[in-house]
Amino acid sequence: MTIEWRQIATLAGKEFRERMRNRWVLAVALVFTVFSLVIGYFGGAQQGQLGPRSIEFVIASLVSLVIYLVPLIALLLGFDAIVGERERGSLDLLLALPITRLELLLGKYLGLAAALLLSTLAGFALMAALLTRQFGWAGLGRFLGFVLSAGLLGLAFLSLALLVSAVSRERTRASGLAIALWFGFVLVFDLLMLGLLVASGGEAGGPALAYLLLLNPADVFRILNVFSLEQLRSLDGLASIVPPALANPWLMGTAMLAWIAAPLGLAYWRFRS
Amino acid sequence: MIYPLPKTDEPAPAIALRGVSKHYGAIHAVDQVSLSVRPGELLGLIGHNGAGKSTLFKMMLGLIPPSAGELHVAGASVRGRSFRAARRQVGYLPENLVLYDNLSGLETLRFFARLKGASEAGCAPLLERVGLSAAGDRPVRDYSKGMRQRLGFAQALLGAPRVLFLDEPSNGLDPAAIRDFYAELQRLRAAGVTIVISSHILAELQQRVDRLAIMNGGRLQAEGTVAELRERLDLPLTLALRTEPRARAALRQRLAALPGLRVEEQGDEDLTLQCPRALKMAVLAALQPLGAGLLDLEIQEPSLEQVYFGLGRAA
Repeated sequence: MTIEWRQIATLAGKEFRERMRNRWVLAVALVFTVFSLVIGYFGGAQQGQLGPRSIEFVIASLVSLVIYLVPLIALLLGFDAIVGERERGSLDLLLALPITRLELLLGKYLGLAAALLLSTLAGFALMAALLTRQFGWAGLGRFLGFVLSAGLLGLAFLSLALLVSAVSRERTRASGLAIALWFGFVLVFDLLMLGLLVASGGEAGGPALAYLLLLNPADVFRILNVFSLEQLRSLDGLASIVPPALANPWLMGTAMLAWIAAPLGLAYWRFRS
Repeated sequence: MIYPLPKTDEPAPAIALRGVSKHYGAIHAVDQVSLSVRPGELLGLIGHNGAGKSTLFKMMLGLIPPSAGELHVAGASVRGRSFRAARRQVGYLPENLVLYDNLSGLETLRFFARLKGASEAGCAPLLERVGLSAAGDRPVRDYSKGMRQRLGFAQALLGAPRVLFLDEPSNGLDPAAIRDFYAELQRLRAAGVTIVISSHILAELQQRVDRLAIMNGGRLQAEGTVAELRERLDLPLTLALRTEPRARAALRQRLAALPGLRVEEQGDEDLTLQCPRALKMAVLAALQPLGAGLLDLEIQEPSLEQVYFGLGRAA
């Protein structure tokens, strides 16, 4: 069946407009702005210094913020997308229109993705301006790379959220599943990895164990950012177990794109039948 | 063997179902339903919860594929290659529809108009047609239940569909709005629009549909006009009588001569008779000699409720 992009654009436009209208985009942008300014400005306070010390330190501090916040925001944004329409009775109406299920899913995803990316970009804009003033244009490039990867992380978790939404029969179950995913990927996964490492005496796993990190988009994001900062490798606990092969940004970028495409594909497969 | 020739003067049906079934494992949600709806016909679909009504609706809309059978709406298959063209001919109002709170009524209609390939310029007049033009710019969040239902109805009319599927459409409407709604349906019907409507308020459908299809346990139990269904079931008529108290003894005597009557006396003056259809004239003849002793007489046809529950019992 052919894809009509006009239908996708209409569906996406409606999702985006709704998030603008209910001030979701504004709220998330404000959260990012406040947190990034606070972390950027007071991040060096332990070292007895106020204000951003170096672009690397700012990014390293913000990586933790993004890993906690962006997946949560993306999951909360997307878990309702399909199951919410199902519960409202509007899903049957949409599906009785001249659109395909793929168009509906893509339209939803792209509209929500636009809202998520806009709020992320807007939320880090002030920080970017401050860093540019202090460290010049080279610093801005670094920072933009970080913001881009944060956007990709958001897209990956939005994709997971749509999968959750497509497989759930009820909204409450979908929200529970979304929160469970957040716990799993953001809190539990790294603990398990560390446990595995300790249990194997720090030896047995080796590089194979490190490659398991690709199974978590949050870790992909962490590695993508931490390894681009040469002098910071030693600062992060994970750095000690990560082999240099994972420092390849192309590999990690591809892994992130796979984390965007695969759950969405799975969501379509489930939604179609 | 002689096969009847197809009648060429009859127009192609707007909706044609042949042996349509939907099975979920061992459960037959819809079982061997064949039904044909003429263009411009208003068909009422009746059934208890779980009778297979909504599954049948979903198949007619192309939302789910039938397990067996053929299904054509507006001359095309609602699934497969031609689905977009077929769905532009169809309007649908789902049961208990909740639309998007943050959009205004007009924005909601424009959104659906774009998806349906209907003119966006037609949205404002459509809002006026359902009596919402003053509220068009307000967010749907502020709409009452009745206003939401009207917006849903306006949505179903986008793009001047040839076939309308309305699932419990009068939910949440007040009596005046229900009257307006059915007046609008009559106008659409006169313009050749085919309408399938499901409702659990049977009295509401009784006077307003051309034909009824009654579903039970996934099967199409009966279909026909209200009069046809009544006759087929031979439900008794109800005669409500009012007599002079002194005429009562003579009346009792005369009615006793007629077998199959059920008499219920209410006080000195009123009494009701449950009378088999075939006995109607005999009963009237028996009443005639009472003369001025008979004060009033009313013959009540069985209501659709009785038709419905009569069929439910037969199952």
